[in-house]
Formats: sequence, structure tokens, C-alpha cells
Amino acid sequence: MRLDKEQSKEYLAEIRKDMPKTKHVRTMVRAFLTGGIICCIGQGIGDAIKAIFPSMQEDEVGGFVTMMMILLTAILTGIGVYDKIGAFGGAGSIVPITGFANSIVSPAIEHKREGIVLGLCANMFSIAGPVIVFGISASVLVGIIYCFI
Amino acid sequence: MVRTVFFDRDVAITQTSSIAGPKEGEGPLKKYYDYILKDDIIGQKSHEHAEIMMQLQCIKQLLNKAHLSQNDVDCVFGGDLLDEIIGCNFAMRELEIPFIGLYNACATFGEALILGAIMIHSDYMSKVITTTTSHYATAERQYRFPLELGSQRTPLSQWTVTGAGCSLLTKKEEVGVKVTSGTIGKVVDYGVSDANDMGAVMAPAALNTIVSHLSDTGRDETYYDLIVTGDLGHGGSRLLQILAKKEGLNLGKNYSDCGILIFNREGQDVGQGGSGACCSNLVFNAYLYKMLSQGTLKKILFVPTGALLSKVSSLQGETIPAIAHAVAIEVV
Repeated sequence: MRLDKEQSKEYLAEIRKDMPKTKHVRTMVRAFLTGGIICCIGQGIGDAIKAIFPSMQEDEVGGFVTMMMILLTAILTGIGVYDKIGAFGGAGSIVPITGFANSIVSPAIEHKREGIVLGLCANMFSIAGPVIVFGISASVLVGIIYCFI
Repeated sequence: MVRTVFFDRDVAITQTSSIAGPKEGEGPLKKYYDYILKDDIIGQKSHEHAEIMMQLQCIKQLLNKAHLSQNDVDCVFGGDLLDEIIGCNFAMRELEIPFIGLYNACATFGEALILGAIMIHSDYMSKVITTTTSHYATAERQYRFPLELGSQRTPLSQWTVTGAGCSLLTKKEEVGVKVTSGTIGKVVDYGVSDANDMGAVMAPAALNTIVSHLSDTGRDETYYDLIVTGDLGHGGSRLLQILAKKEGLNLGKNYSDCGILIFNREGQDVGQGGSGACCSNLVFNAYLYKMLSQGTLKKILFVPTGALLSKVSSLQGETIPAIAHAVAIEVV
């Protein structure tokens, strides 16, 4: 049994009246705090590296910080902490590089049991894949435009 | 068209068994479960293996409780949520009992009860086991995201129940918990495409089946001590009550939902409540069956509900159809 389009629209309108809403203020505050703390940790690592290796260039320090943050996330994901941070922080934990690392490590852990090649490797980018595709496409596009100006 | 089959008072549910996951074991029904798992992987190498093991142990536990051997049972009717229902298929590999695999998503247990009762009533079989299982981790992975992905659940989402339950159906003339009739559901699609809003998907299917059941049997909603739907959750149940009012049905105090009963919504962070093939099953086999055998409840209408989506159908932009089967279970 199937409703026609008009009836279906009416039904959807009716159920949407009563839907529980996402608490936007709360989620935004949490996202701001979580994202902010993650960035502060990154900044802290950067400052520490600069203090230890004063001769290091600024962009080298940046690369180092990125690697450290990815490593930290991978460890936190592996021991089952990062999903709790994500559930609390929402976009605050997804937008920084840590969110990207989590989206690669989590399917890798999950699919490890189906084997290394067809399980782990094939599924590693199941969530992050589109980001990479769009990232590469955009960079190629920008590169071509840059060529002509 | 016959939607309701009647079983003249002789198809009895004589024994049940239940295994609940750790989170379910902290819920309001914890004292009713036969066995509560300490963790959800139970020493297996994957959650899928854990689900298979849970299913197998549940059937073995039922055989023990009923003092039966595998040869005494004519058939197992069962299913689960995994692709190609591997939970049941692989558990049955370890047993010497004929098996019919079923799939109606979370309504599978209702389907199994009706088919089992038909087999007993028609005298083709004398002992039938009906069973389903579901597991939070395997369902999350199949339908949603990896467990360790840091994502937020929407307010409408429900929590898939981890557990397994089975019932033993036999012919019995003395007074007992009997399956007296069953109404077979129709697939109903109201055009909802949000895979998180299962309540809105399944409520119309539940209503359709309940209305048909009441008109086929000539009963009204007050005939039953309890009308209990499968896994609509808090939002879905409220929606069903609103929809029912429009049809002139008053689902008030004698109405509840297994998704509501199984978890403590405030304390357990489960969104709208429980869901999954084992949600209605576990509530029935652990809690409702005991209420019926003690005489606290005498007549219930048990309506497991299922959303018939797959990950592929959702991605291809399909709306979500749903089904509900109604089983009248009475102490007669």
C-alpha cells in the first residue's frame, strides 16, 4: 500500500510538526568548545616544537603539528575515546584534521576482520573518500586556473 | 482476502528463553532476562560471530529449559537483520533442526510466530521454535557508520537492541498462554525517506494491521489488556496514537511499545527508544510472557513492526516501506 504524492506530503507535514528538534544553542556551544580545545592542543604542540627546535621553519612546524594531531586521534579512536568526543562535540570534532583522521581509522578498525586488502584497505576511505576526491579535484581545478593568470 | 488466521485455542507458547546484551541488562526489564551478557563481543573475533553465538546459545537454553533434545523440535522459524540473515543461518549450522529463514526486518518475530502457529494448528508440526536476534554493533555497521566514528545521533534515532530470544510453540489443550489469532501485515509506504525517523515510517503500518485485526475479529481496542507495538519508540508511538484517533481508535492506557519498555530513556541515552529484530522479541519472551503466565495480563495484541529498507535503497533515494504483523496472545 502506497500513498500518492499529495497524501504523502500531508503526512510528512503532519509528522514534522511534532518532531523533536536538535538543540542548536547547546550543540553550537559544545562544537565551539570542542573545536577550540582541539585547536589549542594543536597550537600548544606547535609552540612546544618551536621551543625545542628553534631552528625549525614555520611550515615544517605546521606539518609536524598535523602529524601529531593525526597520531593522537588514531590512538584515541583505537582506544574508543574519540567517538565519545565526537558525540559530545559534533562539528567541533569533525571539522579539524582530527575528524578526518577519525573517519579513516574507524572504518579501518571495523573492517580489519574481513582481511587486510579487501577489508581494511578497501574500506579505509569509505567515509573520507569523497573528501579526498573533492579535495584533489578542487586542487587540480585551482592549479589549471593558476596556470593562466 | 483473509488477513487474519484463527487458531482455536490450542497453539500454546510453552517456554521462552532470552539473552540480553549489557545495555539491555541495565534497562528496566533486567530482572526478567534469563541471561545478561557481560560484554557485547563475548570472546568472539567479531560482533557478527557474537550475534551468531548469542542466537545459538539462546536456542540451546530454550531446549534445556523445556527438557527437549534437538530431535524433538520439528522446525525453527527465525531471522535477523544481517545481510542474508547470517545470524540465524550460521547459528542453525550448529544444530540438527530443520530451519526456515525469515526476513521482515524488526517484524520478523511476528512473522515467525504466525507461521509457527499455522504449522502447529494444521498438525504438520508438533514443536516449533520461533526466534530472532539483533546486535547493536552489527546493525550500526550495516545500516549506519563505524562504531568508533565520532558522529552525533539525531534526536529521532533509536538504539538497536542487542539480544536473542526464542519461544517454543506446541499443541496444548489445558489453559496456558495461547496464540489465538494472527493478522498478516501489508507493506505500507507513506513516503518517509528519513532513515532515522523509523517511528514515522512504521506507525502507519502498525495502524493498518491493528485496524484490520480489530475489524476481522470483531473486537474493539478495549478487548485487549495491552496492545503493544514493536519498536516505534516514543515519537512513533505518539504518532500512532494520533493516527489511530483519526480512525476512531483510542490507544490509551492499554497501549505501549516494546522500544519504550526495554530502555530507560532518560538514563540510557537511546534517543527515541529501542529498535531491532530483537526488541519486540526480547520484551515478549522475557517480560510479556512472564506477565501472561503469572496472570497479570490475560489478553495482549502483540504487533512487531519493521522498516524494510536497505542501505542501497536509501542511497538510491527510495522511500521506506514498513510492515507490521499482529499476533493475539491470550491466556485461555
